[in-house]
Amino acid sequence: MTRSLRPLLATTLIFLFAYALAVSQQPAMLSTRVLGNFLTDNAFLGIAAVGMTFVILSGGIDLSVGAVIGFTTVLVAVLIMWLELHPLLAFAIALIVATAFGAIMGAAIHYLKVPSFIVTLAGMFLARGGASVLSPDSIGIEHPFFTAVQKSYILLPGGGRLTVVGIIMLIVFACAILLAHRTRFGSNVYALGGSETSAALMGVPVARTTISIYALSGFLAGLAGVVFSLYTSAGYSLNALGVELDAIAAVVIGGTLLTGGYGFVAGTFIGVMLQGLVQTYIVFDGTLSSWWTKIVVGVLLFMFILLQRLVFRAGPRRT
Amino acid sequence: MTRPTVDLRPTTQPPLPRQRPITSFLTKPQVIALVAVLLVNWALFPGFFTITWQDGRFFGSLIDVLNRGAPVAILAIGMTMVIATKGVDLSVGAVMAISGATAATLVTNGIPAPTAVLAALATGLLCGLWNGILVTVLEIQPIIATLVLMVAGRGLAQLITEGTIVTFSDPLLIFIGTGSFLGLPMPVVIALVLMVLATLIVRRTALGLLIEAVGVNRSAARFAGLKAGTLLLIVYTFAGFCAAISGLIVAGDIRGADANNAGLWLELDAILAVVIGGTSLMGGRFSIPMAVLGAMIIQAMNTGILISGFSPEFNLVVKSAVIIVILVLQSPLSARLFRRLPGAPK
Repeated sequence: MTRSLRPLLATTLIFLFAYALAVSQQPAMLSTRVLGNFLTDNAFLGIAAVGMTFVILSGGIDLSVGAVIGFTTVLVAVLIMWLELHPLLAFAIALIVATAFGAIMGAAIHYLKVPSFIVTLAGMFLARGGASVLSPDSIGIEHPFFTAVQKSYILLPGGGRLTVVGIIMLIVFACAILLAHRTRFGSNVYALGGSETSAALMGVPVARTTISIYALSGFLAGLAGVVFSLYTSAGYSLNALGVELDAIAAVVIGGTLLTGGYGFVAGTFIGVMLQGLVQTYIVFDGTLSSWWTKIVVGVLLFMFILLQRLVFRAGPRRT
Repeated sequence: MTRPTVDLRPTTQPPLPRQRPITSFLTKPQVIALVAVLLVNWALFPGFFTITWQDGRFFGSLIDVLNRGAPVAILAIGMTMVIATKGVDLSVGAVMAISGATAATLVTNGIPAPTAVLAALATGLLCGLWNGILVTVLEIQPIIATLVLMVAGRGLAQLITEGTIVTFSDPLLIFIGTGSFLGLPMPVVIALVLMVLATLIVRRTALGLLIEAVGVNRSAARFAGLKAGTLLLIVYTFAGFCAAISGLIVAGDIRGADANNAGLWLELDAILAVVIGGTSLMGGRFSIPMAVLGAMIIQAMNTGILISGFSPEFNLVVKSAVIIVILVLQSPLSARLFRRLPGAPK
């Protein structure tokens, strides 16, 4: 057990402890049905959070994620319902647009030398505005392909359903773990987050890596939008409002260091599940109001940031 | 006791901005931009500059721009100081909701209005202090430290209002949002007073210089003998205070506290206003009046889009276009380009 895995371990233990606590209050929560719903309900958040993990690992931040999800749902709905394209073709177009959008933001961050936070803020305005210019109203999507996808699932022992969107999220996480820890691109991302200057001196292609990171985040936000449209069967410009905050929270709770250069994609998965747990518990309880979700997530966020500070203050100090 | 190493009296400095002639103020890009936006509005709506006097106060589209822009302008005053220290405060929108909720809930429970207003301002100070402690004592990056309150703040506001929109009919609170003083709407008066006071305090004392020093290099400022931590605490607390005032105005304007929508996304508008005002996001250079001007530019664009009949959502596209133009203009890339353009030797 290396020391660097400790935050991941801590997050996992806290999740298991919280789940045990929730089950002791609401025994019905211990079932594959609930677990299956965890995956389905948080699929879009999980996929977006994977992209956010890479961005934060590289020392940046992407505020446009929620807006890109909203824009993608509208674009998919417009392509399918108004232009009558096949959903798969519509998905492909939407993913290309989202990836290009991310790549342009990455290029702006690198070549204009501005903080990622302000570029992606502009991207957020642009994507939300663009979506509402496309269609200010919600567009319902009706297509046999959609119904077929929504109805297909793998039955888990105990009556739980592993839906298509849940499977997509699991595949994305599996691929992202390989990408982050087993490829040259992954190492470059970590190097960039550690120190951009050192990374450049070591021969990391800074421009290409920065653009790829934001393109990846854009692609995953687009994929999250596709999943969201499958999940809700509608395209609306105000979909997924504030998801970027949930995604950042999931990444932080997952133990990724906000200054970049340190963290795990797997931790983000636990972070997403922990948020899902809070939400599900509040639904199960019935007496707590939904605003408690926000407070609890805020408290969790604070606790994990504090934990990070304590863990890293004990180690060698970096400024 | 004086510190012998730091002499902060600006005796031998070049003339400060306020001592420049008025012409250089008028040729600032922000002023030109504001005039251009106003002229476009005037072209779209000929009665734009008409101001009438009615019931003891001014009315007109121009006054409306000032009035609607006031909450963001007040946020921008606090945000300017935070950004000058190389930080950012994402929680101001949520703090607005908390302050509005506090005032409204207290008033509906029979607490006298002045006490409720003071309590709301105190909650704003507390929220700001919390952010400041996270940034200074725990040394968390500002964007993340304030994110905590941004996520949890609306939940807290809903906790205070118990999930409902608390409406009130208290004259003092309504006066703060919709009243008038010397013919000007109250929000405008508050914003102006706050702007003048903040500018005087920052520029007539060494405080502004100290804030800039911390923004340029916090460690260097600390080694130079500045109490960087205390300064940051003050700055974040002040941002929380500004947000609380803004929250009171917004609550008074709609005669109710809406925990979900009060101040929603206004933190982004405030940051945008500060950036338009020419304050560097890398810290160390700031101007409070310019940030207020930036808020007015944003509001003038909002109003223009509304009069010209576009949907309000179109605003977002225009705003992003503005940010992109500013970023390109401020970038080192274009600086090199501009230097090369006017016949520089190859």
